[in-house]
Amino acid sequence: MNNTTRFLGQAVLYGLFALAIGYFSTAPAYTHLAPGQALLKLSFSHGAQRVGECRDRSDEELAKLSPNMRIRQDCPRERAPVIVELELDGARLYRESLPPSGLSRDGPASVYRRFVVPAGTHRLAARLSDNAKGEFNYRGEKTVTLAPAQIVVVEFHAASGFQFLH
Amino acid sequence: MDSNIRTQALSAVRAVEAVFDRAFGARDNPLRHLGALGFYFFWVMAVSGIYLYAFYDTGVTDAYSSVEWLTHDQWYLGGVMRSLHRYAADAFVLVMVLHLAKETVNARYRGFRWFSWLTGVPLLWLAYASGIGGYWLVWDEVAQFSATATTEWLDWLPLFGEPLARNFLTPAAVNDRFFSLLSFLHIGIPLLLLLAMWVHIQRVSLADVAPPRRLGWGTLAALAAVSVAKPVVSAAAADLATEPAQVALDWFYLFVHPLMYQSSPAITWGLAFGATLLLAAAPLLRQPKPAPVARVSPPDCNGCGRCVADCPFSAVRLVPHSLKGTYKLQAQVDAALCASCGICAGACPSSTPFRSAGELVSGIDMPQLPIDALRRQFNAGLTQLSGPARTVVIGCDCAADVSRVAGTGVLEISLPCIGNLPPTFIEYALRRGRQGDGADGVLITGCREGDCAYRFGNEWTEQRLAGEREPHLRLHVPRHRARIAWANSGEEADLARSLAAFRAGLVQKTAAAL
Repeated sequence: MNNTTRFLGQAVLYGLFALAIGYFSTAPAYTHLAPGQALLKLSFSHGAQRVGECRDRSDEELAKLSPNMRIRQDCPRERAPVIVELELDGARLYRESLPPSGLSRDGPASVYRRFVVPAGTHRLAARLSDNAKGEFNYRGEKTVTLAPAQIVVVEFHAASGFQFLH
Repeated sequence: MDSNIRTQALSAVRAVEAVFDRAFGARDNPLRHLGALGFYFFWVMAVSGIYLYAFYDTGVTDAYSSVEWLTHDQWYLGGVMRSLHRYAADAFVLVMVLHLAKETVNARYRGFRWFSWLTGVPLLWLAYASGIGGYWLVWDEVAQFSATATTEWLDWLPLFGEPLARNFLTPAAVNDRFFSLLSFLHIGIPLLLLLAMWVHIQRVSLADVAPPRRLGWGTLAALAAVSVAKPVVSAAAADLATEPAQVALDWFYLFVHPLMYQSSPAITWGLAFGATLLLAAAPLLRQPKPAPVARVSPPDCNGCGRCVADCPFSAVRLVPHSLKGTYKLQAQVDAALCASCGICAGACPSSTPFRSAGELVSGIDMPQLPIDALRRQFNAGLTQLSGPARTVVIGCDCAADVSRVAGTGVLEISLPCIGNLPPTFIEYALRRGRQGDGADGVLITGCREGDCAYRFGNEWTEQRLAGEREPHLRLHVPRHRARIAWANSGEEADLARSLAAFRAGLVQKTAAAL
């Protein structure tokens, strides 16, 4: 192979290298959401009520404890699971019993879920139970209109209840 | 790997390498310098990254706007640097994957190579952690998509009390400090990567960490050309209230996100962990029977250090001589590092067949084929040679099979590696030829340039024959009677053609001399 052919060969191979790098660095484009789809995200982190009632220690019980541990109220550590339900246009989209975190099951229960939904107007309803009886003691609902690719976030805070952010 | 599949894959690799050989020459063939190119691209990333860092602002809006300024307002330098940074990172992944594939096909994951192989596995994770983090710094739609997808992926692991993806839930969730953290990570993880790359090459001497100059300039020119022709630009600024619907992904790094969304985080983790475990366990699979390692004979070792200089795996070192009153130093072999290639024996000045000792003992030798046995093999074979162009073909067990070119007037000898051949054996064969019972020519073969199974066997041999490396072939040995014709395993036909041409040349020379 003479020098001209060799240099041509090198040019072709360098060109292929550049072409591969240049092309696959941005292409082909990935379609993450189809046209006309939007996204619903449910996420919160919430510490549920404790599974048992708190009680007051008697004076005798307190006396048996070391001085720095003498707290009158004795509460069980374990928290109840958080039960959450989410409805889209009257149909159940999600229901889950979220266990408390931590080895002693005394931490908050957390969730992060994403749902692809059609863009447009939707009625969202959410319910949450954070007590040992499993009674839904928080509720929220809202009608939202979602543009394609728009995200609506359903959050929950004990103080303010459900929030529908979009 | 099943040997049939491996043989076919090896043939394919060699066919592609042959194409590149024709264009670049074996010395500058990028496929023979994949590891070195990895280091090279790392340094391109480091230099361009330092420049970009000088202008990068850490902030939710500043991050995007500072990169935009660099890309558009300072396109002639900042924009080119950004493109070089990105494309060098992509090229790094490309050569890393090719390097891994080539070493797998060559079964270079077992035996004495276990350390280099095993320490290469974390490089994959570190490279991806470095690269993916770099995308987030731009904080455009691609960054948003990648950050969300990565945290959703990580959340599948039962490690985090609260889902990490909540950090990208709403526009208010991201703050300026996040970008300071990202900057530190994007410097820290690549530094870890560099450290791991350094560890990766610790058990090889004279590691190939810089490509040949022409190849370096060529690849840089290619990266610069694509940087100018297709400058890297950002997507729209990240907006956590909207999901990026179409993403212009960098498939070298971000392919894992579509893979997760098309399957599930569990499957993606399974593939990632499974591949990692498989790679890490590869050195344990079907271990070959270890060959005997090099052996030092203290009475014959004068501590010259040539074996130390030539060992490709740093398995030989000099220690105080065990025999007092002789020499200060002697060679010592680390059995755990020795590849049993015999390059050390080829480098030993005492490995000469001209010595008159009854039993030839070299300062450092291979128990499976000692120099004395090699001399006996030569002696027995040379007396059998007849015909007009008596030729010794000396090859190696890893390259073209020399027994396939056997014929009248040809003596074939195969060594563990061609670097195992002391050059004095060439002179020995030719001198005996002049005396009547030897060879008219010696043809040396072995793995092609840059493809030696033991890294330097062919290179050291070339240098020894050219008088550039000790022990060298003496100047008075006629060079037209000693020729090199590299041929890999499977290229026996090429070797046969080279042998025929060489022998024809010998006949012509002899006729001309008469």
